[in-house]
Amino acid sequence: MNFVSEKLIGGRQGAINLLVLCALLVVVFPLALDPFRLNMIGKYLSYAFVAVGLVLCWGYGGILSLGQGVFFGLGGYCMAMFLKLEASDPISTRIQTTPGIPDFMDWNQITELPAIWLPFQSLPLTFLLVIGVPVLLAFIVGVAMFKRRVGDVYFSIVTQAIAAILAILIIGSQGLTGGVNGITDLKTMLGWDIRTDEARLTLYFVCVALLIACILFGRFVLTSKLGRLLVAMRDKEERVRFSGYDVANFKVFVFCAAAGISAIGGAMFTLQVGFMSPSFVGIVPSIEMVIYAAVGGRMSLLGAVYGTLLVNYGKTYFSETVPELWLFLMGGLFIGVVMYFPKGLAGLYDSHGKKWLARLTSRKAARITVKAKLSGMEAAK
Amino acid sequence: MSWLSEFGGILMMQGFNGLSVFCVLLLMALGLAIIFGQMGVINMAHGEFLTIGAYSTYLLSSLTTAYAPALQPYYFFGAIVLAFLVAYALGYLVERFMISHLYKRPLDTLLATWGLSLVMQQSFRSIFGAKEVSATLPDWLMGSFQPAEGIDIPLNGLFMMALTIILTGTIFVLLYRSRWGLQVRATMQNRMMSGAVGINTRKVDRTTFALGCGVAGVAGAAFTTIGSTGPTSGSLYIVDTFLTVVFGGAQSLIGTIVSAFSIAQTQSTLEFFLTGSMAKVLTLSTVILILLMRPQGLFATKLRK
Amino acid sequence: MITEPIGTLNVNRPVLAIEGLTVSFDGFKAVDDLNLYVDRNEVHVVIGPNGAGKTTLLDLICGKTQATAGSIQFKGRELTKMSEHQIVHAGVGRKFQTPSIYEALTVFENLEMSFPRGRGVFGALLFKRTPDVIDRVRQVAADIFLTDYLDLTADLLSHGQKQWLEIGMLLMQEPELLMLDEPVAGMSVSEREKTAELLARISKGRSVVVIEHDMEFVKSIASKVTVLHQGKLLAAGSMEAVQSNPKVIEVYLGH
Repeated sequence: MNFVSEKLIGGRQGAINLLVLCALLVVVFPLALDPFRLNMIGKYLSYAFVAVGLVLCWGYGGILSLGQGVFFGLGGYCMAMFLKLEASDPISTRIQTTPGIPDFMDWNQITELPAIWLPFQSLPLTFLLVIGVPVLLAFIVGVAMFKRRVGDVYFSIVTQAIAAILAILIIGSQGLTGGVNGITDLKTMLGWDIRTDEARLTLYFVCVALLIACILFGRFVLTSKLGRLLVAMRDKEERVRFSGYDVANFKVFVFCAAAGISAIGGAMFTLQVGFMSPSFVGIVPSIEMVIYAAVGGRMSLLGAVYGTLLVNYGKTYFSETVPELWLFLMGGLFIGVVMYFPKGLAGLYDSHGKKWLARLTSRKAARITVKAKLSGMEAAK
Repeated sequence: MSWLSEFGGILMMQGFNGLSVFCVLLLMALGLAIIFGQMGVINMAHGEFLTIGAYSTYLLSSLTTAYAPALQPYYFFGAIVLAFLVAYALGYLVERFMISHLYKRPLDTLLATWGLSLVMQQSFRSIFGAKEVSATLPDWLMGSFQPAEGIDIPLNGLFMMALTIILTGTIFVLLYRSRWGLQVRATMQNRMMSGAVGINTRKVDRTTFALGCGVAGVAGAAFTTIGSTGPTSGSLYIVDTFLTVVFGGAQSLIGTIVSAFSIAQTQSTLEFFLTGSMAKVLTLSTVILILLMRPQGLFATKLRK
Repeated sequence: MITEPIGTLNVNRPVLAIEGLTVSFDGFKAVDDLNLYVDRNEVHVVIGPNGAGKTTLLDLICGKTQATAGSIQFKGRELTKMSEHQIVHAGVGRKFQTPSIYEALTVFENLEMSFPRGRGVFGALLFKRTPDVIDRVRQVAADIFLTDYLDLTADLLSHGQKQWLEIGMLLMQEPELLMLDEPVAGMSVSEREKTAELLARISKGRSVVVIEHDMEFVKSIASKVTVLHQGKLLAAGSMEAVQSNPKVIEVYLGH
């Protein structure tokens, strides 16, 4: 079996599943939905990046990070900073006290662009930082915790605390980050207006392409020996150590991978929706992103996408019609998935969906077999 | 040198302000230490048990004001008991129907209890409304105690201190001197053997969890003396509480006390010099940094690995 | 006191030299000032009543537990300063008391996992199942009587087969020192015989340290025996010498 077909596509079954998802995202949605709703799906898909990352680090690595919003947010903020600088050229901002800097800095009586904003004047550098900054943070946190063999639960609590800290820091530094409102009024990227319907359509396809790329990357990792190691580590971490592996390194790797993937999602969110705020960074949004992966099936990369779409669709629908019900539903979803559907949608598909499909196609075959058996029994008498 | 005494005075006042926060944090942390330290269960809904205690106090306060104004000065003691009972009962049910099914899956327990906290928060919102409410405090809790010139110690702070000391002492006695405490510690250390010698480990789990929640309920009653209660009041404390328990060494009650004290005091003192949020950030960051250097917390017991 | 005759002393340096090894947990000394030497190609069995510190000794050697004092020299390298995976790289393999295998993976994958290549992150990502890997896995599988079970998920094996699989995983690592903690626990008589034969085969060219309780089994495999009692060395030497040592008899049969 050649490399591409086995590792990336996952054999015949994997190829079919991936094709179905691609068809849905690339063909069905763009044809069936108006630009507004398609943009909404694009927004949901940017969350799906985080869920895909969680499948790698939580589903397979056993690392429950309750702070993925940190990486989503950092990626988003990097992209937002670039776009904001472009939107704050001296001509558009000529009515400000200090033209050429973002409006919220002007409101905070800041007269010079802070040093930390300078790298974001360049798009290539911004792309590098979108992935680089979150991965670096994940690396530092990962090394600090996994090398010291901090337990799973402690790790989750610390990631929560980090999410809380970062959210507070961002909100508190109004002059630097736009504070609680975030960075808004983003207009163009290298002159290309990202707010038009055509632009949003293009961005949607870019988002889908990147998401599929991340899924393929995930598949590559999971089908390699590293993927088997992750499963073994979840099962018997000690034994893995005594087989000659430095367990911490693998945990750091998969945590950084999840961080990088989430960051891409954050950047895509900023591009498609036009802003980034600390409301995506803290504890509540981070734990919410975990439910997307949990509903989809924490061990299924494709399931993560479906889970994200389903939960977010539900959230939009219920928040508009019966808002009080939504929090009950989400709470119930957490409890229900953990207690009754730990394998999520993917698990349901594996245990019931496949059989149901098989039954539909093989009813004819079954009838033939029964007939053959009966005639065989007749002949034997 | 007068500035020194003034500085000392400020420190003391900030210290006593920190005292109220310390009491709530300590009660929450004690409740959580019992649940997490003894059972290894993460209860993300712990903050909501504080809230339910606070709302019970508010309810009793409203009822007393409406139907029995004469009892106004005394209702608060009843409120403490009520808060404990309500939280205990709810905790008992939660353990029975949820936690006990997730034993041995701590990360899943974390997620499930987070879902529970969402459900509880929304219930509060639906029942009591999204706006914050306040219980009317009895008169004798208002005002302050002035031992010396320029030093004002709020009375409710002292009352909370007393309550906290009594409750902490009770928990110590229960856990280390009573038969029940022995069963709890035995179950935690070796579940199978405890079962084999006839301890009903299920029942022990249930009462332990319920007790932890009950203590959070009392924290909620205490909380009403320092602020108003809303559906999300509990979630303000949850991260701090977890860090406090982990920082102190999850299985050490003394560690919890020391940890709660240091964290509350650091935050209060810093609040005087920085903004509230920066003080919190600095405190949390310091705790995390120390935890990274010493993951087992301040007072960990070295077990045979 | 070492009771073996001078003539059998190995002229070469011992492969494993433990001196003054002590570990204490909150004051309780699980291993107390222990000296032990294992030579090349030797099957060295450690026996002793429960709680004597036998498993702790293996824990200390393979790095699972940190020593409080003393030294463990393996081929001249100080093991007490190394981490678990480094000790494995140095050539030490440890088998645990309860079979410690990857239940979710197949027998083949279990063995492949222990192949000493691709142990870093990128090595593991890019690891390819080349013919030399496959051949080695098949070879070891034959050694451990599991040739027909290669595609079976490991949790479906019998208890004895799981023990063999774990030994196989160790063999894949190509260790120079094998440490086995009660390898025949829970095995039937025929399984024990097969295991004895397996051990005899694999100890050629290697040193093996075995913890066991079954005296018949010990007699059939041991070159040298060390008896531990309450963390201290009680006696050491050949099986006959140890069995007739009055102190040993008292500890096992007395009080």
